[in-house]
Amino acid sequence: MSERRSFITQLQVAPLTLVLFLFFVVPVALVVIVSFFRYQMLVGLVPDFTFKNYYDLLTNPTTWALYLSTLKFTLMVLVITLVLGFWLSYFLVFHVRNLVVAIGLFLLCTIPFWTSNIIRMISWRPILGREGLVNQGLQEVGLIDKPLDWLLFSDFSVVITYVHLFTLFMMVPIFNSMARIDKALLEAAIDAGATRWGVIWNVVLPLSKTGIALGALFVVTLVMGDFAVVKVMSGGLSGSATSGMFNDLQFLNYPRAAANAVILLIIVMLIATGIFRLIDVRKELVR
Amino acid sequence: MSSDRRPWTFFVLATLFTLFVIFLYGPMISILILSFQGPNGSLSFPLRDPSLMWFGEVFNPSRVGDVPGAFSRSFPLSIIVMLLTVLISVTAGFGFRRHFRGSTLIFYTAIASLIVPGLVLSIGVLVTARFLGVSANWYTTGLGAHLSWTLPFGLLIMFAVLGRLNPSYEEAAYDLGASKWQTVKEVVVPIVFPGMIAVALFGFTLSYDEFPRSWLTIGTKNTLPLEIWTMTTNVTSPSLYALGAITTGISFLVIGAALGSIYLIQRKRAGL
Repeated sequence: MSERRSFITQLQVAPLTLVLFLFFVVPVALVVIVSFFRYQMLVGLVPDFTFKNYYDLLTNPTTWALYLSTLKFTLMVLVITLVLGFWLSYFLVFHVRNLVVAIGLFLLCTIPFWTSNIIRMISWRPILGREGLVNQGLQEVGLIDKPLDWLLFSDFSVVITYVHLFTLFMMVPIFNSMARIDKALLEAAIDAGATRWGVIWNVVLPLSKTGIALGALFVVTLVMGDFAVVKVMSGGLSGSATSGMFNDLQFLNYPRAAANAVILLIIVMLIATGIFRLIDVRKELVR
Repeated sequence: MSSDRRPWTFFVLATLFTLFVIFLYGPMISILILSFQGPNGSLSFPLRDPSLMWFGEVFNPSRVGDVPGAFSRSFPLSIIVMLLTVLISVTAGFGFRRHFRGSTLIFYTAIASLIVPGLVLSIGVLVTARFLGVSANWYTTGLGAHLSWTLPFGLLIMFAVLGRLNPSYEEAAYDLGASKWQTVKEVVVPIVFPGMIAVALFGFTLSYDEFPRSWLTIGTKNTLPLEIWTMTTNVTSPSLYALGAITTGISFLVIGAALGSIYLIQRKRAGL
């Protein structure tokens, strides 16, 4: 009987395993393999075992500049989304008293997630552009004489767009962690003489740890893997780790693009393992 | 906390929340308004002589792109991804309720598939297709690339849903004389069904809007997000906004249908 059960279990998980194997494990493995191949004009991929692609990339100052720029964006977006995600969740969980209202407001924040990122990205143009709403408004009020140029196609607009697109990924896991906190715990802390800030710092924040870690994982990987936002919203002025890959792909230089992908993958996986060291995600999810 | 007077932080955070919602929806609303721009209108405010002309322009292939064609690939792709995501993640979710050999490995593979940069996966799937000697198409490589992204989401949702399905409920049903089929129909499905709709919503919308994983995997003919991506650089008329308004409208219809049906199910259940 138990053998039959375990066979059924295997069968239930088999389709998932198959898809993950064919469309994740094999492709990523092949990216690693191709990264050691040689690139030849017109021919494209030439099987080989060379470190040339890695050597080219790592000795090129542009690569370092691009990764540094990505890291800068990642840190800025991480801090902003963390602050926003924490306080917005705190508001919904501990300040909104009616559960239905809280769920309604939570859904209001999540709905944009199910719409197109590209559309949401370009929708900042009429707001931030030279003739955009912000510039028009500021000129009307008389705060500025001529339109601000740094609002659109700048680091500023890139960060704004990232925050707009990715805050949700931080907010949902934090909300999930906070919603599980027993409110009696907070009252006990206050009865024991803690201030309200003390409660937030010593009770709410530690108990939201899992959510914060998961949210950080999402935000870091999304920003580091992005190439659409940084390309469109910086107007080509800023690059990211993926910009190099993008260029190589346009010249069909798959080996170097693959080597770049492997470097990015290693960095992302290192960050992810660091986060998984801190928390046991699976246990937290099933709890 | 239990006192009736709101602390001052409530008002500060309520303001922050309101500003965040404006920040979230403001840009979307502004392109919705600007999609009604008149013939002399520009890409920014003010709105001059409101008209519907840019919506008509969306379907003019010589001026914009092949939007109907892109839609005719994107829509069936999202539907197939949605159905497969529900089917595969629900069965896998049930499988994961029992401990089995390799469960941790498969779980972490799914998580890794979720966080791998979309562009990296796109390259990988294309290279895989080359090695296998098949050409990239939306219904083969594109479909697989999308599933590698929607299935982990589906699995995580099923984990959350099935975490609430205590095995003792099913045992209780058996003990009370329910057949296996009755247990599934009367106990399991009602608890799991709203979660399945959520999985379907994720499956459809994530696929419908997916850009990086589609980029190299869907072959020579574009899906909608890629068509829009090309338009962001080529098209400088408000028809871009009109297309944005249309696809956002479709997304909202799907979201509304999903959330509405979850709400109806919950209400019906509460009424029983």
